[in-house]
Amino acid sequence: MAETSPGLAQEAPPNGDAAAKGPEALSLVPRAVGKQTMKDFKSDQEVRWCPGCGDYAVLAAVQGFMPELGLAKENIVFVSGIGCSSRFPYYMNTYGMHSIHGRAPAIATGLASARQDLSVWVVTGDGDALSIGGNHLIHALRRNVNLKILLFNNRIYGLTKGQYSPTSEAGKITKSTPMGSLDAPFNPVSLALGAEASFVARTVDSDRKHLTSVLRAAADHPGTALVEIYQNCNIFNDGAFEVLKSASSPQAEDKAQEAVIRLEHGEPIRFGAPAEDGLGSQGVVRDPASGELRIVDVREEGTASVLVHDASADSPGTAFALSRLADADTLFHTPIGVLRDVRRPVYEKEMAEQLERAVEQGGKGDLSALLHGSDTWTVVG
Amino acid sequence: MTSQVSSPVGQQSGPEKGQDSGRDTGSKEIRRLDRVIIRFAGDSGDGMQLTGDRFTSETASFGNDLSTLPNFPAEIRAPAGTLPGVSSFQLHFADHDILTPGDAPNVLVAMNPAALKANIADVPRGAEIIVNTDEFTKRAMAKVGYDSNPLEDGSLDGYSVHQVPLTTLTVEALKEYDLGRKEAGRSKNMFALGLLSWMYHRPTEQTEAFLRRKFAKKPAVAEANVSAFRAGWNFGETTEDFAVSYEVAPASAAFPPGTYRNISGNLALSYGLVAASQQADLPLFLGSYPITPASDVLHELSKHKNFGVRTFQAEDEIAGIGAALGAAFGGSLAVTTTSGPGVALKSETIGLAVSLELPLLIIDIQRGGPSTGLPTKTEQADLLQAMFGRNGEAPVPIVAPSTPADCFTAALDAARIALTYRTPVFLLSDGYLANGSEPWRVPDVNELPDLRTQFATGPNHELDDGTEVFWPYKRDPHTLARPWAVPGTPGLEHRIGGIEKQDGTGNISYDPANHEFMVRTRQAKVDGVDVPELEVDDLTGEARLLVLGWGSTYGPITAAVRRIRNSGGEIAQAHLRNLNPFPRNLGEVLRRYDKVVVPEMNLGQLSTLIRAKYLVDAQPYTQVNGMPFKAEQLATALKEAIANG
Repeated sequence: MAETSPGLAQEAPPNGDAAAKGPEALSLVPRAVGKQTMKDFKSDQEVRWCPGCGDYAVLAAVQGFMPELGLAKENIVFVSGIGCSSRFPYYMNTYGMHSIHGRAPAIATGLASARQDLSVWVVTGDGDALSIGGNHLIHALRRNVNLKILLFNNRIYGLTKGQYSPTSEAGKITKSTPMGSLDAPFNPVSLALGAEASFVARTVDSDRKHLTSVLRAAADHPGTALVEIYQNCNIFNDGAFEVLKSASSPQAEDKAQEAVIRLEHGEPIRFGAPAEDGLGSQGVVRDPASGELRIVDVREEGTASVLVHDASADSPGTAFALSRLADADTLFHTPIGVLRDVRRPVYEKEMAEQLERAVEQGGKGDLSALLHGSDTWTVVG
Repeated sequence: MTSQVSSPVGQQSGPEKGQDSGRDTGSKEIRRLDRVIIRFAGDSGDGMQLTGDRFTSETASFGNDLSTLPNFPAEIRAPAGTLPGVSSFQLHFADHDILTPGDAPNVLVAMNPAALKANIADVPRGAEIIVNTDEFTKRAMAKVGYDSNPLEDGSLDGYSVHQVPLTTLTVEALKEYDLGRKEAGRSKNMFALGLLSWMYHRPTEQTEAFLRRKFAKKPAVAEANVSAFRAGWNFGETTEDFAVSYEVAPASAAFPPGTYRNISGNLALSYGLVAASQQADLPLFLGSYPITPASDVLHELSKHKNFGVRTFQAEDEIAGIGAALGAAFGGSLAVTTTSGPGVALKSETIGLAVSLELPLLIIDIQRGGPSTGLPTKTEQADLLQAMFGRNGEAPVPIVAPSTPADCFTAALDAARIALTYRTPVFLLSDGYLANGSEPWRVPDVNELPDLRTQFATGPNHELDDGTEVFWPYKRDPHTLARPWAVPGTPGLEHRIGGIEKQDGTGNISYDPANHEFMVRTRQAKVDGVDVPELEVDDLTGEARLLVLGWGSTYGPITAAVRRIRNSGGEIAQAHLRNLNPFPRNLGEVLRRYDKVVVPEMNLGQLSTLIRAKYLVDAQPYTQVNGMPFKAEQLATALKEAIANG
């Protein structure tokens, strides 16, 4: 008999420290023996993104975060599609597959469905996930397979050298749209919420701390997690998210304070220059007449009616409304953080349970009995 | 060869009992036949497929050899009473081994004027026709273009026509049930089945048990159907219109000893996949999107979760194969099922599987094309798509079953190739094999091949400095297969992808010489797949003409060859199960004969390959009407080819 594969038995081996169980979402994934460092997750391959690309920051953040998960490295798989960001798996010293354009969620769904003992990550971009692979993305989200989808959104096609993408602002001048793009863009967070996603978050490549906190929340989430990462393409769309970034100058910091709405579960949704209570002077409230969200100055209108962010709300309605606050062109009032994080049945878990139930009900499959069926006759020699 | 061969035996032996029926056939004459072809035809809502299936089951359990041809429209309920809405089921059964569903029916059951009109051209004079006269209204006849009543205008002269008011009789038989006329009339197919079961002495218990099972939740409906079935039987027995019944003895000599069952191609294929999973000791994963005529494999496999079978109904064809490929990466025996249009959508992922060199079964139940084509009809026109339908040099082994039952073995063989060589493999079935059925000797599971394979467990290469490493593209020197290292195996973490890879390490490589080497190596791996030598059926060695087929044409070709030989002709026959690579001896076989004829249900795809590869003047004989070849038609064509030297 062949060597049995680790993991095909669908049970996590009793590995590692029992106390360090890790997140519920990964309870079937074996734990690492011994302490891991960021270096353990770097492959021997030379990283070949353009100098200055936002992808480097995301790679470093992911490699830095992985040891915290404490999973056996061999039980982690990165699956990607096609595009600049999709080279990501080559640089991770885990199992990985660089697949074809748009199909990573489908491939990862098959892998995760067949192997509950794996932690499966999808790396994709705005063209890969939202254009050629849009169908797979929305279906992965509605199924709630245990996948962590990192969507690198740079609002441009980089690998094909600068055509507009499905997240590019309308009117964008690119190589393929010399007179301006005619397409209205997708808002990936709105799209994911509409596709029944159980976890939706947004973060920014340059904010490592925030990025890591969002990765942590995604890893903890049982089911599909979509993490949109605003990522700068310094060659074809440089500065696309500059308005949201505070690092470059004091003036930029002031602007970013006004532009970014940081969401924290259980906290009032406040942003902008601090008010007297130290929180942002801007607040998000619900207009009692229209039910729409709007932004008010709490110094004038008080804080009583400011919404408290609830990522676990049953209805995605408020999360959707929050996602619509951002201006598609200027990105002003862009919420970042975890917009939605709710529990619902996880696909591969239910699939495995059906298999177990079938054995309980009908006994373990008997090949000979199956082949014979119920209507046979015998020919005697 | 189309008329019934009969010999009156009833006179000598007196009244006989219907086989296993326990019912006295009275004093009516019984004739013994060696074979019969029956066609049930009606509206697509009349339950003709069910009727045919039941008659087939009765016939199988009686021990006849048989072959079936369901033929139905793509619409679920096509407009009633119209020619396009006609659904039919043809069954050929015999006391000896047979190969096809038969060319021309001896008996046509026509449930309405459309069924008569759509089928009469296939029915030779002298045959029996049973018509449901209740449906022969002026309006119904006008609807299909009958200017006068064919039952009265003499156009059916020369046929033995039984005019039976099937609906009225059924409603009458069910009057004690609390059913409206319309609902009661629905059981008329069971009345017809009962009548035919009487005519051919079919055992009836299983049908009655089947009806009770099928309608277990509606006992009244179950009993009504059983009553209609019995009423049909009794009608045959008592009415003077049916003076003769027929016996077709079991085909005892045709079958080697063993346990048999009737099986359709899609069922055999599904069982073959489950068996392959068991024999390989790998979990089966099916990623699929519904498509006619492949969906039945998805339905069947989804019933067998207790074998560890995972079935995943994807959002589209691409996701179906994508999920399967992901599962293959994870160590499953992975399968995707589809038909021609789905293959077109899966092409890019098949190319990825070629590049990743992972085992994957792509099951293509071919149907009429191009585009949506004829979803419910058969064709063999995906051969070149399977062979070449990808970007770049992307060779994929191809296996084609030859009969419905052979789908079982073909699935095991396709799995063997996929697992041994770490490659996607095409299995090309078709609509005729998928829905047709025949008796199958159930194999002893101990006879099934051992398909177990070895996952990589540790380093397989030593660097110059003595470091032990794992190289995902370091090949087995014999099979050229690369190691299958599944996630979860410590120390073998590696990355694979669709970009060209460096030989050995599997790292990205754009090196020209490496690409040349890898393209040629992938081709060499597929060229080197171990397939059995081609066997030639050439009894005397005198034949100058070889007929070469592949896939589902096996039955009609073999039947045609028999006819030619029975009439004194010399002909050699060979049938390809492996189309990529071809058997090693194929070129040598082809050159043995003066003439090679290749019958195909396409415009000459195999003959194109043969001519290109072997420079042999293979002559295509082609048909693309959505139906299998008829044996007589093929025999005539082959005789002409022999005569023309």
